[in-house]
Amino acid sequence: MAETYKVAIIGSGPAGSSAAARAAKLGMSHILIERQDHISDTIFKYQKGKFVMSTPDFLPLRSDLNFQAGKREEILDVWNNGLENCEVNVKFNAEVTNIKKEKNFTITYADGETCEAENVILSIGLQGNINKLPCEGAELPLVQYQLDDPEEYEAETIIIIGAGDAAIENAVALSKQNTVIIVNRRAEFARAKQGNLSLITEAIEKGNVEAYYESSPIKVEKDSITLKTADGEAKVPCDRIIARLGASAPRRFVESCGVDFPDKEELKKDPKKRPDPRVLPEVSAQYESNVPGLFIIGALGGYPLIKQAMNQGYEVVEYIGGNKIPPADEPLLVEKFSALNNQNVDDVLETIRKNLPIFAKLNTLLLREAILESNVHAFKKGDTIFKRNDYSNTFYTIYDGEVGILVDPNDPSQVVILDQGNFFGEMGLISGRRRAATVKAITNCIVFETPRRTMLKLIQSVESVKDNLDKVSMLRQIQTHLAPGVDASDLQELIETAEIENFSAGDVIFNQGDEGDHMHLIRSGSCTVSVKVGGKDVVLSYVPSGNYIGEMALLSDQPRSATVKAAHNTQTIRLTGKAFKDVLKKNSGIKNSVEKKFKERISQNEKMEGQPEAGNIIQFLIEQGVGEGTDVLLIDETLCIHCDNCEKACAETHGGLSRLNREAGPSYASIHVPTSCRHCEHPHCMADCPPDAIHRAPDGEVFIDDSCIGCGNCERNCPYGVIQLAAPPPERFNLFSWLLFNKGPPPGDLRKSADYKNKKKKDENQIKQAVKCDMCKDIEGGASCVRACPTGAAARVSPEEFMSMTSLTS
Amino acid sequence: MHESLLIYKKFKYLKLTLTTVILSVVLYLYHSPIGSPNGGTWLGYTLGTTAALIMFWLAWFGARKRSYKKSKGNLEEWASAHVYLGLALVVISTLHSGFQFGLNIHTILYFLMMIVIISGIIGVYFYLKFPRLITKNRNGLTTEMMLNQITEIDEDIRELSMSLDDFTVDLMTKAIEETVIGKSFIIKLRGVDPDCPTTLARKHLRETFFSENKKTAEQLLSKLTRKEKILHQLRKDLKMRSLLQIWLYIHVPFTFAALAALVIHIFSVFYYW
Ligand SMILES: Cc1cc2nc3c(=O)[nH]c(=O)nc-3n(C[C@H](O)[C@H](O)[C@H](O)COP(=O)(O)OP(=O)(O)OC[C@H]3O[C@@H](n4cnc5c(N)ncnc54)[C@H](O)[C@@H]3O)c2cc1C
Ligand code: HEM
Ligand code: HEM
Ligand code: SF4
Ligand code: SF4
Ligand code: SF4
Repeated sequence: MAETYKVAIIGSGPAGSSAAARAAKLGMSHILIERQDHISDTIFKYQKGKFVMSTPDFLPLRSDLNFQAGKREEILDVWNNGLENCEVNVKFNAEVTNIKKEKNFTITYADGETCEAENVILSIGLQGNINKLPCEGAELPLVQYQLDDPEEYEAETIIIIGAGDAAIENAVALSKQNTVIIVNRRAEFARAKQGNLSLITEAIEKGNVEAYYESSPIKVEKDSITLKTADGEAKVPCDRIIARLGASAPRRFVESCGVDFPDKEELKKDPKKRPDPRVLPEVSAQYESNVPGLFIIGALGGYPLIKQAMNQGYEVVEYIGGNKIPPADEPLLVEKFSALNNQNVDDVLETIRKNLPIFAKLNTLLLREAILESNVHAFKKGDTIFKRNDYSNTFYTIYDGEVGILVDPNDPSQVVILDQGNFFGEMGLISGRRRAATVKAITNCIVFETPRRTMLKLIQSVESVKDNLDKVSMLRQIQTHLAPGVDASDLQELIETAEIENFSAGDVIFNQGDEGDHMHLIRSGSCTVSVKVGGKDVVLSYVPSGNYIGEMALLSDQPRSATVKAAHNTQTIRLTGKAFKDVLKKNSGIKNSVEKKFKERISQNEKMEGQPEAGNIIQFLIEQGVGEGTDVLLIDETLCIHCDNCEKACAETHGGLSRLNREAGPSYASIHVPTSCRHCEHPHCMADCPPDAIHRAPDGEVFIDDSCIGCGNCERNCPYGVIQLAAPPPERFNLFSWLLFNKGPPPGDLRKSADYKNKKKKDENQIKQAVKCDMCKDIEGGASCVRACPTGAAARVSPEEFMSMTSLTS
Repeated sequence: MHESLLIYKKFKYLKLTLTTVILSVVLYLYHSPIGSPNGGTWLGYTLGTTAALIMFWLAWFGARKRSYKKSKGNLEEWASAHVYLGLALVVISTLHSGFQFGLNIHTILYFLMMIVIISGIIGVYFYLKFPRLITKNRNGLTTEMMLNQITEIDEDIRELSMSLDDFTVDLMTKAIEETVIGKSFIIKLRGVDPDCPTTLARKHLRETFFSENKKTAEQLLSKLTRKEKILHQLRKDLKMRSLLQIWLYIHVPFTFAALAALVIHIFSVFYYW
């Protein structure tokens, strides 16, 4: 029997390596287990020469390994040397497949061997397991699961298996120098992004890539692959097979070790629901999971940056060694709390737990992080905290004092008072829209302002936060959008029978002809209303969040007169008809306003039914993602003279790279939607940004700040292909220096200049950051593209304005 | 939402222009100078100065159009004012001259200016007409998509023609390799290329009798006809896009000429005072 280690560290990323280095320094018996033949596979796989950033700058590094912003290669060298110097015991080529706890942990490798340890640190990151070919020969040398540099291969016959974005990108890139066949299990490329979809369709149409649809591999041999196709089996000779079948999230493995995830119960209730990959396992302030002795750190624990991962590695080994050191962020919290009369950090955290119910159930780790990322504000009596129609999406909690919400813009005396422990600002967070009311400090007060991303993380990973938020926000939303002025007690029944429902793009909320026993209040997202006319769907209107739908059938006691579908991801509050009617009975004012809206809608629907073209335009714009945007560039093709002055203006005001591509993008009924940011209500690009570099400015602009580390997640996540990764532009000189002395690049879009292209080739290793349209937020006068259009063809519009009946049917 | 530059802000600049023009005409009719009306009277100087100021401002448009960073307002607003005030010049400067035209630098200035104005009017006419026609002609395709279709057809043509006689193959190869969309300036503007190798190839196929490869020839013919159709579409597109720019090649150089003449004009009237 082999020795029993004090600690086994699984995964040698920055988290695991730093932990192992600490253990070695402390003389703790340890083993660092890595499935690859090198450390830090995630970083190993970055693009060659990538500049790695050490965000967040304010966080001190605490590790026996060094880490400074620099080139990928340099960083890996430093770590390799560091591990060697500390005499870390590393085991490579050992994939852990099972961890079992009895008295000690038994760790099983893929080859069946085992080892034992008293403690386990899981630091396997989020890469997960790359899905292998589900057939014989999956490990043969001609099969690979990754492609670093497509230019490396020439004149080969290459088979690409898969139909996702990675497969398509590889296929198209390789087809320049090789014969490429792409194998798709389905009849079409449905999973891919719009841009990639057109790329592959074009490549197939042109014959650059051959496609096998409804086909799957059944056997790989030395120099061929056998496919099962719709017309039977086919053996295809080839030089190389690249399988891009995605990766399975590490969650299943982690669960198999006995670790609980907070949404476990929910998933049990609804087996249809797929686990949300963003939900994180629960850990204690010492990173310990519900399995005693099993610790989770790094990206797997929800900390997606290298420095955080390294600090946690250090700390967790200290804890295992029995040393309760304060976390590295302690001084930052001390500073944060300096506004609170220099109280001790632990005391303040305790008070927060006691006084702020929404944070009461957070474990210390999450609470520390939430507070660390929040701003502590001390407002004076009378200060405005935010204004109605501001476009901010942060979340506020009252630590001390009182604030007032000015619910009626026309009557400043209508104030709802909130005191200690309450929260506000959740409506903007949920709907992704402008603030619905102004909030002022009634007394001197101290409030925490928590960023959107932190709140979303808490909502996803801590059930009590979600429940608490849902309950309170439901009441407030009903009071704001449906029953203004009605007391909470009168809405009791309505709220108790209400439910929150989620819909994806295209889901039917209800169908024409259905029984109408309930209605919906749209909380976030938006819907389309349509009717069937002669077998075809005719869209009647676009309904954004903050509105209710389905009241017509309730009021008239008739079946649904129209079908309502979610235009994109949409969340509604479903209200039962009976409870709603009771509320109407008791409140004639609301009854009148609902009935008024009802009449308006009937007359609008009648008009729209006579204007099917207007409905088609709505449908087209929704398909282009305009419905979820807040500010979209639309070009009127009857006015556009193709002068590209809009692109030139954008390039000139944004370091030489236009963030808009006028000619690209679809058109319908002479409305053209160019490739340019839509400034989505719930920006997809924000979802996965490790340094949280993407923000929404007070006027609604979604922009990327300088802390971008260039990981490319946002580029992949934006469904509209409007983000690019770009090196900083070369210095520019004024027009005359260029004309007379040929100094710097020519005016206009740099990409069109040969200089830039050469430079780009040469400096591939440059720092690249994500760039996108920022709606010219720093430029006086606003959107340069629109202002530079000589004919009035380009306009930036909000969908609400644009898809209203008046502008479509006039 | 979208508003053409002629309608901009409820014809704000049309109104401004009409006011200026009517005022000038009224003053001109009211004014009874000693001798015949000319540029040398107080009204003449006033109108002349106004005209010159307007003209400098109009010429400044070229710089304004390219000052992306420093400018605040809308270019459309400038364009709208540019068009209407440019038209006002016709009346203002004519009244200024008192209809005294002759063979001199002053009248040359007047003509240069009129060329600029007329080219401007043509430009506006093009701006109103072509955008719709371009959209209609493209029929939902982008130029790139059309070019891609042609590449595809070319590949088919190459393959199909292989079994035919050398002369035909030669013509087909020419059709593939030597077909150019905008061969010369003139062809760009005409939108048709009478010597297009694709057309020649198609004509040859139609006029030749193929006893053996009848089927292939027919297929080829249909490919070539399709290619010609797309070529036609592309050339029409290019023609219209060129016309949208071409008028500026008169408008701008004549602007500089007119400005030079204006300076001379002003200089000469003071010199010969
Ligand atoms: C393209 C890109 C660019 C980035 N740029 C930056 C940047 O500039 N700055 C920054 O701070 N962050 C950046 N990040 C984020 C950063 O890479 C991660 O946060 C960090 O690597 C997480 O570290 P980790 O130790 O938790 O996990 P990882 O680094 O993912 O390490 C996990 C290790 O565990 C191994 N492993 C997994 N499963 C097993 C198993 N079953 N058995 C044995 N071993 C296993 C893996 O092979 C891997 O080596 C970037 C991410 C990407 C994708
Ligand atoms: C766009 C601007 C102008 C145009 C198109 C223009 C055109 C003319 C024309 C066609 C004439 C008649 C010439 C003739 O009498 O044979 C004229 C005369 C004159 N112009 Fe102008 N002019 C302009 C601006 C000015 C300005 C700015 C001034 C003075 C500062 C000016 C001063 C005069 C004078 C003094 C005459 C009379 C000269 C004479 O009778 O010999 N003009 N102009
Ligand atoms: C003496 C009178 C005029 C002068 C000096 C003048 C000058 C100019 C200049 C310098 C430009 C900039 C071109 C460029 O750089 O692209 C321009 C553009 C233009 N002008 Fe004029 N112009 C005059 C009159 C007119 C008139 C009368 C009209 C129309 C009726 C007109 C219509 C236009 C239009 C449509 C543009 C192009 C706008 C664009 O596409 O950006 N101009 N003119
Ligand atoms: S970048 Fe893409 S996802 Fe992000 S706001 Fe713009 S359009 Fe939406
Ligand atoms: S590339 Fe995008 S996701 Fe990645 S850091 Fe930059 S802004 Fe964030
Ligand atoms: S709004 Fe500004 S940043 Fe956005 S596309 Fe237009 S010019 Fe570019």
